[in-house]
Amino acid sequence: MTTVSESEKVLPAPAPFVLPEVKPFWDGTAEGKLLLARCLEDRTLIWYPRPFCPTCASTQVEWVPASGRGTVYSYTVNRRGVADLPAYREAGVYVLAYVELEEGPRMMTNIVDCDPDSVRIGQKVELVFHDTGQGSALPRFRPAAA
Amino acid sequence: MTIKGKAYVVGAFEHPDRVIPDRSVAQIHAENTAGVLADAGLKLSDVDALFVVGGGGMLPISMADYLGLTNLKYVDGTAVGGSSPVYHIGHAAAAIAEGKCSVALVTLANRPRSESAPRSVSQSPEGSFELVYGSSTLGMYALAAQRHMYEYGTTGEQLAWVKVAASEHAQYNPHALLKKPVTVEDVLNSPMLSDPLHRLDSCVVTDGGGAVIIASPEVARQISRPRVKILGHGEAPKHSNNGHIDLTYTGARWSGPRAFEEAGCSPGDIDYASIYDSFTITVVETIEDLGFCEKGKGGAFVADGGLRARGGRLPVNTDGGGLCNNHPGMGGMMKILEGVRQVRGEAAPEVQVKDLELALVHGTGGSLGTRMASATLILGVEDA
Repeated sequence: MTTVSESEKVLPAPAPFVLPEVKPFWDGTAEGKLLLARCLEDRTLIWYPRPFCPTCASTQVEWVPASGRGTVYSYTVNRRGVADLPAYREAGVYVLAYVELEEGPRMMTNIVDCDPDSVRIGQKVELVFHDTGQGSALPRFRPAAA
Repeated sequence: MTIKGKAYVVGAFEHPDRVIPDRSVAQIHAENTAGVLADAGLKLSDVDALFVVGGGGMLPISMADYLGLTNLKYVDGTAVGGSSPVYHIGHAAAAIAEGKCSVALVTLANRPRSESAPRSVSQSPEGSFELVYGSSTLGMYALAAQRHMYEYGTTGEQLAWVKVAASEHAQYNPHALLKKPVTVEDVLNSPMLSDPLHRLDSCVVTDGGGAVIIASPEVARQISRPRVKILGHGEAPKHSNNGHIDLTYTGARWSGPRAFEEAGCSPGDIDYASIYDSFTITVVETIEDLGFCEKGKGGAFVADGGLRARGGRLPVNTDGGGLCNNHPGMGGMMKILEGVRQVRGEAAPEVQVKDLELALVHGTGGSLGTRMASATLILGVEDA
């Protein structure tokens, strides 16, 4: 019998449910782009993605690429917590986080490609994509190259 | 218009069971109903309004049918997670104050211990931006705790004191799921589930529920039980605010002042508080936001027995709370019930607050880590 060590466990990349009006966002992830909805009326950046401006109630948006740079706003090392999605039940230790994008919005994500215990609030991180195998990819972050 | 003094809690019942593998949620609602009517000394036919959460389908009419209620003039099924019953009390009091109804049954039932349902990536607009990352109830509260610690220096030891006080109270509650007092060391030595929250920073998961009856002053005068007057109520959702979520405060920042204003009192007047305790951090942030201490000083406030019924700065959750007594997925009803016991003078003798005039009840539904529904209720004795 072989056992899988923590470092060999692969973080799952479950497919999102793609609502029709948010398809441009998910299509962007498949091309390696993190697109932010921006209001065409007052230029407000909108997160999470949707074609509605919470500032002026406009439904007209454009999709603009984010730089992919951000900082960790908060994080938790999930050690034995039970994730809501069954796909994560065997995920081992992983980092759930909010990353504040350079453009402003704070998004829920994972911090990957590092020792989970090394993650800190304020740490600079950069975007990576994990393919879901279903025409989309999950935007995640890893420690920024120095 | 104000609800102050225009409605009373005339009946209260906490389902005694914590593990219910053999009955449905609808049947638990029915048992709640029988229990609360007996407590109030009222009949099923007296009920003319129904407020219900827990269970599926078109809940208010489904339960109206199950219970055979034929005189209903008002129903409300506001479902905002754990605080739903605290919302219902405010809505019931307002409906009674407006003369829409006079005897409101408010019931909560749920079976998360026997019937846990794994979730899938749903069609909710936010689900695909949260669940796909392995989020969980625990993980999202952990995100809030981590940020609170970062900004204010709150420690794991301070959080542990919330559990310690709850466990000390729970030993006097014969129905509590966990009756054994624990120490700060016990909490810190329990398994780390999602940093910085340990297993003992987390509430219990139980089956069960409870109910109250809210009634007009005219009905309340005919009831033989001690009077519990509704003085004020406030509610407020808080959400991710277009990508500008701040994890260090809760909707209590807004619901609290609304309730205090209606009741005409301030935090310093409160003799007892039921504070929603899904996790230890929930209590610390809420106590700050309600104004019991300066923002960021909640850790110091709860530390060293700050929440103990005897000798604490503020007696909190004297039934043992969600951390030790009862948390059937949605614990707002339990918060109301212990508030009612305290005002009636019917809490366990070891934890009953002496000469109590005012009690505060606070519910938090949803998650500190994403979006929540906060509600604050202020109760008092007849002369308050």
